[in-house]
Amino acid sequence: MKTFKSQLIICAAAMALMAGAAQAGGTWNRGENSDIQSLDPHKTSTVEEHNILVDLFTGLIMPDASATASPGAAESWTVSPDGKVYTFKLRKDDMWSDGTPVKASDFVFSWRRLLDPATGAEYASMAFPILNAEDINGGKKKGEELGVKAIDDTTLEVTLKGPTPYFLEMLTHHAMFPVSEANVTKFGNDFVKPGNLVSNGAFTLAENVPGDHTKLVKNPKFFDAASVQLDAVNYIPTEDRAAGLKRYKAGEVDYMDDFPGEQLDEMKKDLGDQVHMTPELGTYYYIFKAQKAPWNNVELRNAISMVIDRDQLAEKVWKNSMLPGWSLVPPGVKGYTTVTMDYSTMSQLDREDAAKKVFDKLGISPEHPQKVEIRYNTSENHKNTAVAIQEMLKPWGFDVTFVTTDGKTHYSYLEQKGDFDIARAGWIADFKDPVTFLNLGHTGDGNNYGEYSSKEYDALLDQASTEADPAKRMDELSKAEAILIKDQPLLPLLTYANHNLVSPKLHGYVDNVMDVHPSRFVSKD
Amino acid sequence: MLRYTFRRLLTAIPTLFLIVTISFFLMHVAPGGPFDMEKGIPPEIKKNIERVFHLDLPVWQQYLEYLWNLAHGDLGPSYVLLNFSVAELFRIALPISAWIGFWAMVFALVLGTVLGVIAALRQNRWIDYVVIAIATFGSTLPTYVTAPVYQIIFGVLLRLTPVGGWGDGSFKHAIGPIIILGLPQLAIVARLMRGSMIESLSANHIRTARAMGLSEYAVIVRHALRGAILPVVSYAGPAMAQLITGSIIIESIFQIPGVGRYFIDGALNRDYTLVMGTVVMIAVFTIIFNFIVDLLYAVIDPRVRYE
Repeated sequence: MKTFKSQLIICAAAMALMAGAAQAGGTWNRGENSDIQSLDPHKTSTVEEHNILVDLFTGLIMPDASATASPGAAESWTVSPDGKVYTFKLRKDDMWSDGTPVKASDFVFSWRRLLDPATGAEYASMAFPILNAEDINGGKKKGEELGVKAIDDTTLEVTLKGPTPYFLEMLTHHAMFPVSEANVTKFGNDFVKPGNLVSNGAFTLAENVPGDHTKLVKNPKFFDAASVQLDAVNYIPTEDRAAGLKRYKAGEVDYMDDFPGEQLDEMKKDLGDQVHMTPELGTYYYIFKAQKAPWNNVELRNAISMVIDRDQLAEKVWKNSMLPGWSLVPPGVKGYTTVTMDYSTMSQLDREDAAKKVFDKLGISPEHPQKVEIRYNTSENHKNTAVAIQEMLKPWGFDVTFVTTDGKTHYSYLEQKGDFDIARAGWIADFKDPVTFLNLGHTGDGNNYGEYSSKEYDALLDQASTEADPAKRMDELSKAEAILIKDQPLLPLLTYANHNLVSPKLHGYVDNVMDVHPSRFVSKD
Repeated sequence: MLRYTFRRLLTAIPTLFLIVTISFFLMHVAPGGPFDMEKGIPPEIKKNIERVFHLDLPVWQQYLEYLWNLAHGDLGPSYVLLNFSVAELFRIALPISAWIGFWAMVFALVLGTVLGVIAALRQNRWIDYVVIAIATFGSTLPTYVTAPVYQIIFGVLLRLTPVGGWGDGSFKHAIGPIIILGLPQLAIVARLMRGSMIESLSANHIRTARAMGLSEYAVIVRHALRGAILPVVSYAGPAMAQLITGSIIIESIFQIPGVGRYFIDGALNRDYTLVMGTVVMIAVFTIIFNFIVDLLYAVIDPRVRYE
């Protein structure tokens, strides 16, 4: 009997162990918006690649499950009193997947490579706060002059050209991730191929079939490998959202980072709380050609802003998959007070009354209409938004016409500062700081398509860029946003929202404004 | 025959050259470039990237460079899928597109021919009407309707075949794309076959063959079918080239990493080299298959001789 009992206990223990083992492991099939362009952290630019690179590599600072900047390859750091010199202490147990240690010199090599004009890195500007970085990228200085020094194998010293309070936040961007010097030297541009790629993240590259999948497997050399529960992550591009939804329903993917908005009602009914919609750090806006009459009139810009019913745009056009936007910097940046339009609290009727006075003053009425052309990039939702705005402006005497072109043509036209009345644009934050949005209004900024220029605004932004006191800096940025909101050269319409489908099989997934979900924190039943 | 073959191959070279030249300049006329995007890149950085890809050179110089590389079998790097050269992408994608396209064509040819012949032999009877109905259904319903219906029934509800993806490349991933891609071709083949078979059956030599007391099998298979199949063969050539080089819609809906998807993605992203590579490849396949069709003509129909 005793023997039977002990056998029973052993069996139960074995079963418990097996159950435990079953809980850990597994493959997370992640449906991603689009195909990836590259796995070279210095040559990539899209959100989809960022998600994979966060799994593959470990930068000095990394996003945690809620996208908060946390220690990564650096276990600690100090900042000089003037805010210009950062000294990072690297983890001693941070290793490349080939078993060699990650050294401070790898970071020096990586950042020089990022800035080398021959690399052609789209996000080289991420390193521009570092001393001499911009000149190196412009070919005016040599890579050796970059303000980055390996004091020893585990100590990295970074000198900035000025205090940049958001520098640590910028380090979470994949452009700042390290690559193994030995690996790149050995394979050249082919270092990113499966079998060649050496990485220091929670996962390593196993397969990469463009247009089909990118498979990562757990990296046993990762410094925190013990806490990683998944065996593998399979990134699957699902550009056709409707087809992706079917794959989700069929259980082929456990997650989608977007879904067909037009099926939202049906999805909520079928999938319930698997549908995740949370605010994202992104703004959908229109731009006025600020120097061109009549759009150089601040009153007119504000009056147009007032007659656009953002609630209706969010509810009817975007089926609540976007939120009404009353500020350029969306809510969600810690320590920053977003500035909203002062008429945001008024009722739509009151706003329209106030706008009518301006239109009357300017002689705009259905009898004397003002022509306005809206340019947008081809998409059903952009078209619906433009048509809705056309309807909203029509009763007040605006004769709205459209010019629609594909995305490449649209942005090429805007970048070349082509002529327009109003144009559509959107901005998703690269890192959690208001400047990523506020630079859009800075004189001469490449993305300031409407060529808005305000000395006061520029001065506040420039002042904030050298301000070491974080609270004071945020205050200066708020003041700058207030100017932009008052002047309305950029017309914020909607705040982006994350649209995700998350299977109940997944655990450890945390919604966040950056929509970044490192796989190392996720487990699957 | 050998001289004919050689001459045909020689004439393909200027054709290909014209296609390459027109496509190259047309593509560069389109506004926007591979590195124009929602998040504008600072001009200095953009210049660096353009320098890396030689896009800073005048278009005529880029053209000459492209021709030079092409003559050396180099299709260039992809401007968007930066991990790969265009040749590498085709090495991955072409076998997938070709596999699906080949079997879709086999499916269409075999079933379409059988259905067409049956319909012709049973003209104006119920079976003929059924075949006509299937052909009408197959050729009028667009694939962007049939493909999602297939996915819902066989993928989501019955879970018999995957909804999408190429996965491990097993046959179950290819079943849906093959059927949906082959369906419109099947319809066309069936209609073509029915029409030409009816015509063939009423020809003088068939009447003579019957009068001579040949068996019905010999009359139909040896004499009527041989002549009737010619329009199908001449249709199958270019259709095969098209199918093998990928179907944009099918590959997008079924999320298959084939050549068709590269073409549309390449065009939207202004990935010049990828689009050019696809154009060149489709042109080469079209030329080859037209050539094969001409040779087959000579084999099937003794009246057709080239020497």
